Amino acid sequence: MEKKLTSNDFFWAFIRSNFLQASWNMERMQNLGFCFGMVPILKRLYEGEELKAALKRHLEFYNTQPFVTAPIVGITAAMEEKRANGAEIPDGTINGIKVGMMGPLAGVGDPIFWGTLRPITAALGASFAITGSIIGPILFFLLFNAVRLWVRWYGIKYGYEKGTDIVQDIAGNKLQKLTEGASILGLFVMGALVNKWTSVNIPVVVSEITNAKGEHVVTTVQGILDQLMPGLVPLLMTFACMALLKRKVNAIWIIFGLFAVGIVGFGLGILNVK
Amino acid sequence: MELSTIQILLIFIFGTIAGMGSCLDEMQTHRPLIACTVTGLILGDVTTGIIIGGTLEMIALGWMNIGAAIAPDAALASVISTILVVAGHQDVASGIAIAMPLAAAGQVLAIICKTVSVVFAHRADSYAEEGNLRGIDLCHYGALILQGLRVGIPALLVAMTIGTGAVQDMLNAIPPVITGGLQVAGGFIVVVGYAMVINMMGAKYLMPFFFLGFVVAAFTTFNLVALGVIGLVLAIVYIQLNPKYTAVAAAPAAAGGSDADDDLDDELD
Repeated sequence: MEKKLTSNDFFWAFIRSNFLQASWNMERMQNLGFCFGMVPILKRLYEGEELKAALKRHLEFYNTQPFVTAPIVGITAAMEEKRANGAEIPDGTINGIKVGMMGPLAGVGDPIFWGTLRPITAALGASFAITGSIIGPILFFLLFNAVRLWVRWYGIKYGYEKGTDIVQDIAGNKLQKLTEGASILGLFVMGALVNKWTSVNIPVVVSEITNAKGEHVVTTVQGILDQLMPGLVPLLMTFACMALLKRKVNAIWIIFGLFAVGIVGFGLGILNVK
Repeated sequence: MELSTIQILLIFIFGTIAGMGSCLDEMQTHRPLIACTVTGLILGDVTTGIIIGGTLEMIALGWMNIGAAIAPDAALASVISTILVVAGHQDVASGIAIAMPLAAAGQVLAIICKTVSVVFAHRADSYAEEGNLRGIDLCHYGALILQGLRVGIPALLVAMTIGTGAVQDMLNAIPPVITGGLQVAGGFIVVVGYAMVINMMGAKYLMPFFFLGFVVAAFTTFNLVALGVIGLVLAIVYIQLNPKYTAVAAAPAAAGGSDADDDLDDELD
């Protein structure tokens, strides 16, 4: 009798996929998580020695952006189903597809989810939250998770239905367009945030004059900088941080460094709150 | 402020959930926006929680687990700093400053837990040999519980001691030049997160869009939604006009008006 995966199996694979990273470890990273997610599928297809072999097959090294694991689960399920029904698919092929997909998919998933979706939904939420509005956290939670769950659910179905054809999709234009589009949106918003959501004030007085109308005019360094280009100092700071991060300096150390700059600057009267 | 037993218990439970969330990175319960809000809710001052959450979220914007790299831990930072601000009567700026060393400590704890998780992975190998599915599940959950307690236990300890005043006395002893300086730094500390996101994108040739965003924000009062729409329009137009894509699909490009819809559909697929 032909073995067929049911929608129930996919439902449980979907539920379990939400726990992919629970046992993330320094040795094989998401390996156990991937195997854990495949259990409902492997249980349907195999028993005895075959099941043991299948479990071991999916405990190999695995690591990618968590949400884009969904299509990989789908395609792996499709291959395992064929294999269980007698097709000659060696272990190497199944692992080869997994390993071959996790790199390129992480390359798509990281800029889309961590670089664009989360910063933008989080910044939107934070813009409400800093005024004390509960809408902020709720908006962030709902928007981010709606997209995430959609990707997780349809990703599995898509991978299963398309099977190995999906490899061509990854190499093709569609994902590249999506990644590039997301990066443009992400970078545009980052540029806006560097300007809007930072504040630097250098209150050092450059000149103090009484003008022709008899008004007392105080010109500070910050005043001059703002006339030139508002947000110039944060922009330069961003570039400095980018350069330090590229040299593998830990982000927390940079943050401590900036705290030190704030304390020393405030102490000397060079920096103040706006 | 002395916390009730129920509050201490809830802090422990939510701390554990946030710790799990930090490792799973799915529901985002570990992000400051969520974690600070819930902690504030438990302590009876949700508004302050939301404000800390929003402020800390901007700093943590670029904290992400990419490849094998483990991010500074937003969960531990969010839960404990909110307890210190709400129950320890500190101002938000000091809370944010305390959150940073906590994030670093959380990161170290996360690395330790993810190293210990190797043991669970090895145990799972032997369960696979036996075909023991339940054993595999338990290994996976075991590692998750470890990740939860990593935040749950420190949060519990802080919640239990905050009423004694010792923590408060320590925090109140900080001289004003430090707290003032931290407040000043709070204005620009967020650039680290922005820099992390920009670096992660790894698309130097798209940097003109970054500068455009910077200038548009500098000289307009557009809010984030308006800026997002402009960014989206730019992204769609860029892809529609990019010869890299039109060369491959030369045929529909000649079809005129209708291809714009197709490309938009492709974007939304």
